[in-house]
This record gives sequence, C-alpha cells and structure tokens, in this order.
Amino acid sequence: MAVAQDHARPESRSSSPFWTIARRDSLAGFLFIAPQVIGIIVFVLIPLGLVFWYSLHEWNVLANTFTYTGAQNYRMLIEDTNLVEVLGATAIFSAGLVVLNLSLALLLAVLLNQKLAGITIFRTLFFSPVVVSLVAWTIVWGFLLQKNGGINGMLQVFGIEGPNWLREETTAMISVIVVQVFKNVGLNMILFLAALQGVPNELYEAARIDGAPASRQFRRITLPLISPTILLTSIITIVGSLQVFAQIAVLTQGGPGMSTTVLVYYLYQQAFQFHLFGYGSTLSILLFVIVAVLTFAQWQMRKRIVFYES
Amino acid sequence: MNYHRTLKSAVAALAIAMPLGWASIANAQDAVNLRMTIWSANEAHLKLFNEIAVGFKKDHPNVTVTYESLPFDTYTTALTTQIAGGNAPDMAWIFETAAYDFVNSGALYPLTDTLKASPGYNLEEVSATATERWSKDGVLYAYPFSTSPFGVFVNNHLIKAAGAKTPAELIAAGQWDWEQAISTASAVGKTGKGGLIVRDFNYQMWQNVASVWDGWGASPWSADGKTCTMAEKPMVDALTFIHDAIFEKKAIPGPGENIDFFAGNAAMTITQISRASLLPKDNPFSWDLVPLPKGPAGDYALIGQAGIGVMQAGKNAKTAAEFVAYMTNPENSAKLSQFFPSARKSLLNAEVLKKTNPLLSQEQIDKVVISGIETGKVIPGHTGFAQIQQAVRSGLDAVWRPDADIAGTLQKICGQIGPLLKR
Repeated sequence: MAVAQDHARPESRSSSPFWTIARRDSLAGFLFIAPQVIGIIVFVLIPLGLVFWYSLHEWNVLANTFTYTGAQNYRMLIEDTNLVEVLGATAIFSAGLVVLNLSLALLLAVLLNQKLAGITIFRTLFFSPVVVSLVAWTIVWGFLLQKNGGINGMLQVFGIEGPNWLREETTAMISVIVVQVFKNVGLNMILFLAALQGVPNELYEAARIDGAPASRQFRRITLPLISPTILLTSIITIVGSLQVFAQIAVLTQGGPGMSTTVLVYYLYQQAFQFHLFGYGSTLSILLFVIVAVLTFAQWQMRKRIVFYES
Repeated sequence: MNYHRTLKSAVAALAIAMPLGWASIANAQDAVNLRMTIWSANEAHLKLFNEIAVGFKKDHPNVTVTYESLPFDTYTTALTTQIAGGNAPDMAWIFETAAYDFVNSGALYPLTDTLKASPGYNLEEVSATATERWSKDGVLYAYPFSTSPFGVFVNNHLIKAAGAKTPAELIAAGQWDWEQAISTASAVGKTGKGGLIVRDFNYQMWQNVASVWDGWGASPWSADGKTCTMAEKPMVDALTFIHDAIFEKKAIPGPGENIDFFAGNAAMTITQISRASLLPKDNPFSWDLVPLPKGPAGDYALIGQAGIGVMQAGKNAKTAAEFVAYMTNPENSAKLSQFFPSARKSLLNAEVLKKTNPLLSQEQIDKVVISGIETGKVIPGHTGFAQIQQAVRSGLDAVWRPDADIAGTLQKICGQIGPLLKR
C-alpha cells in the first residue's frame, strides 16, 4: 500500500498543471494591485530612500558637486536658530487649522443634517470650495486681504478700520488659517454628515423617551458614534496642515518676519531657493518623522477615545 | 533564374540604400538642438529671437535653437531645478542678482575666446563696468545683453490736479531732489491716489529700493561684499526718510496697498525704461520720464542687467557659445536694443536709441538712458543672494511698520547676514 502511494505521488505531480486555480487567483490579485504597488515604490519608497541619501550629502547644483558629508546636515538642523520659530509657526498653524476646521465642519454638518427643502443647495454651497483650484482660491483671497482690499472695504462700510491682514504677524497667521479652513471645511463636513446620517434614529428616540435633552443626546449618542469619523478627519487634517505650501507661497511668502514660515515652506526655501538640496532633504526627513509620530500617536489614542459599535 | 535576379536586385538596392541610410543617420547625429531658457513670453521678443535663430541656421544648417519661457517670479528656482534634474538648458538668461552664484560656481562656459574669435564682434566696446559682474579672473562667463536704467515715470495729470509742481518744472528750477519729489508725491497721495511707487518692490524685493537709497550713498554691503553696511548712517538715514514718506507723508503706498501707476492711479513710479511699453494706449494720460531725483549724496543712476550664459554641462557648449556670439554681435545687438538696451558704445547714441525707443523724447534718451547706462551702479547682488535676500526681506518687515526702530532693526539684519556675506 505504502509502495503504491510512493509510486502514485510523482505521477500525480507531473500530471497536475502549474496554473492551479489558487495560483491563477493570486496572479490576478497581484496584477490588480501591481499599478498601485509600482506607483508607491516608484513615487514614494524610492524618493523616500533617495531623500535620506541626499540628506547625507552636500549637493551643489550649480557646481555639479555631490559630496558625502555624513551627519553634517543633521548637525546643521540641530544648530539652526530659525528652526524653533519655524516649528512654532507650524504648530500654531496646525493647531489653529485642526481646531477651527473640525469644529466648523461638525457644526455645519449638524446644521445641514436636517430634512428641509433646499438643504442640498446649502450642502453644495459649502462643499464647492473643495473643488476650486487651490491657487486660484488663494490668489482671490490675497486680493481680498490687501490693506485696501475687499474685506477692509466691507468693514469700512460699517465704520471699522480693518487691519493690514497679511502684513501683521498675528493677523497674517489667522488669515492663512482661515483661508485654508474655508477651502477644505466642506470635505470634513461631508464626512461628518455621512457619519451623522449613520447614527440609528432609535437611539435618539429612546433617549427622548428617557427625557434626555438635545445637548446630552449629542454628547452621549452622536459624539461616540461619530468618533471614528472624528479620528479619520483629524488625522487627514493634521497631516494636511503639515503639508501647507501654496497658501503661504501666494499670501505671505513666510512673512511678516518669519511668522508664517511653516516647515514645508522653509524646506522649499532651503532646497529650491537657496539650492541647499542636502539640508532641504534633512528637513524632509524631519517632516516625515513628525507626521509619522503624530499619526502613530493618534492611532494609539483611538483605543481610548474612539467608540466602535462592534 | 527569377529567384537569382530578385536576389541580385535586392542586393543592389541594399548597396544603394545603405550608404544613403548611413548618411541620414550621420546627419541626424550631427543635428544640434539648442535650448535657451528665458523669462520673457512677450510675442515681439520671441519673434525677434526666432529671427536671430533662423539667421544663425544659415551658416549652421544643422543647428536648431528653441526658447523656453519660464515664469519671471520663479525663474532662477525653475532654472536650478532643471539643472538639478539633469535637464539643464544649453543657454540661460541670468538675473544680475544671481550672476555671482552662476559665475563663481563654474556652471558657465567661458565666453571670451569665442566672442573675440567671432568676426566683427568688437567685445572691447562693451564697457568693463557692464561686464564686471559677469566676469571672473578677466574671463567673461555671461554676456550682459540688457542694461536697463531706472528712471521715474510721471503722471503729470494727477500732479497738476493735486496742485503740486511736476518733476519737469522742478528740473527746470534746479530743484529735482528727493525732498521735492516726496513733497509732490505726498500732495497726490493725500488726494486718495498713489504717490510714488518703487515698482516690483512690494515690500519684498528690497534690492529695487537701491533706486532710492543710492541717493544717500547707502549700500547693503561693502564693495568687496564681505561686510554688512546696512546699519551705517547713510542706510539708516535713507530708510528713515523712506519710512517717513510712507507712514507720515503718505507719499509712498504702504505695505499691502496695491496701486498701479500704469493704470493711471499714481503720481510717479520708479522702474526700468523698458516698462514704457506698459503706458496705456487706449486711455492715455500726460506722462513724462525723468532721471532719479538728486539725493543728499548727489546725482546717481541705477541699472538692472540681464546676462546670457552657456551651461558648461551641456553637450553642445561650444556651439551654444557660438550662438551667443551671433545673437549679441553688433548687428543683432542693435535689433535687441529695441527691447533690451545694449551696453555697446556704438549703440549708446541718441540716433540709435531714438529709433528703438520711439516713445521717448530726445531729452529723455539723453538724460535717463545714455547717462544712466554710462554712470549707473548695478542693483545689489552677491554670492548666495537668494539666502541673503530672504534674511534681509524678513528682517526689513520690522521696518515697514509705523512704530519701527529702524537703527535697531538694521543692526539685527547685519547680525543675520554677516555670516552669509563672509562665505
């Protein structure tokens, strides 16, 4: 019997085809994900590796020299006196943007989560800036925020002397944050709206029967049930806020002083304006680490603050 | 038999076709495509450049020249990004502010020998002051094809409506100095229109303010470029005067105020004479062009320059240098000077300049153009200029406030740029 089995095995191996159903399925699967994987390798992983490689070099573009300098750019990073101000501006921008964007998006979503005639028009209205070109949006705001621009013109009608929005440190940062919030608040609003509409009505009915007021219903039912969306939107918004560039380049060029020079804009200046590609790459690594740490921290926090029905 | 005949025919055809094929491959190999990056997208400019390229092709049938227009504001950044990406152009226009970076880095192909070898080129007639910034150790690395003086364009209509004296009247009375200029600008500024605008400055491109502070003999750094002189008395005095003109006299539009002279909304603007093309044709106003006012340090002039350089890294650097020699020979320089004033002495006369600048009067050409090019200082530049420009820009933001501590701020700026100047 055992001998018969031993003879049978090689025979069955040679007769079974290489392209089994399982293998064919795997190949199809790999082919389906190949464009995405190749894209990530070519446009994310290889550049990431190269940026790290460049950060160990001094690259003089004009003289066409590429010299290995070891950790010199990282030492420069630690000794860079501007960096404290830059990281401060980045933190203020991110914090301001996240708080304002998420609270406004949630408020709008709650207000627009009504079954009223014409509510779709309002939803479209608030969402429309998301599809407008970022640079065009920013340039128009740039005109409005001039000292003799549209916003101060409107304030003057009411007898108010408006500030020089983009030329004073505090108002410049507020302006950049608000312009960015108005541009993207619609996206978070739609995500919140979808989450709000996913909250089962029975829960509110039960709460009403128990006599819970609207504010408690919001705290005890709405917030916990939309908390996964809050986590998602906060990750997207924080990561997005760290990558802000066009608004700064168009509206303030990092000024007045260095008050709106956020990390990405500083990185751009070092690499592309001052031709310090090695140091610019080092700043990219710093940005990568900051984004990675923040995302990881938020992901860890989900266990404590996010409520999953399952 | 038939088979053999066909074979023979085929071999014969191959024998004829192969050398032809090789010849065409060889021709394709000889074909040279040169690319020049420029910051102008003006149709009239491009038409002239293309005509020059066609002219070059007559003697160099295998050479084709194309021009790539890059945005003015980010020109140097775009150019260096192309170089970093391994896609350097064969030739490039270079701003005077970036000249030291390009010339000192070794990025440019030396031009002196090619220009001198070009028949009838006459490089000697280009003054040493014009080529100073574009040379190193006596070798020219980029040719300054445009030497454009700064002047003051005037809207006489607005000035007369404000009841002030026009610059022409002040010049006639021998009173054309900065005090009087600001007094006139202030009179217009108080009517709600703009007074005097330093064009393209926008409280960012501070190097254009040299058109004012040169009148005080001020300079951001010493002649050798090693020491910051921004905190010295001439600069403090000049910036105090400008600050007063902005915030007290309302003679200069303040930060964040957008006013366009060429739309008829300001009394005067300081800019390069090539901007005469922006004067309105449909609804013209009574305009004038006068030299920069006299400052406490006396009469002065300022010029902007643009150079053409050949990239050392290019495969066809020698041919590109020959094209630059052709493009800037006396004949083509005369054609170019209708848009870009030439530093060639033979072209610096009223007769030639009147033909190429029909909007300007004889007097304007004499006083602003010829005198400006002959005596003007070039706007500030330095090795590593972008980094210095940014540090000064950021520092000067504290000056452009009503309650500024000018001397203290300038001291701080010197602290910031001191190490950069020494590099």
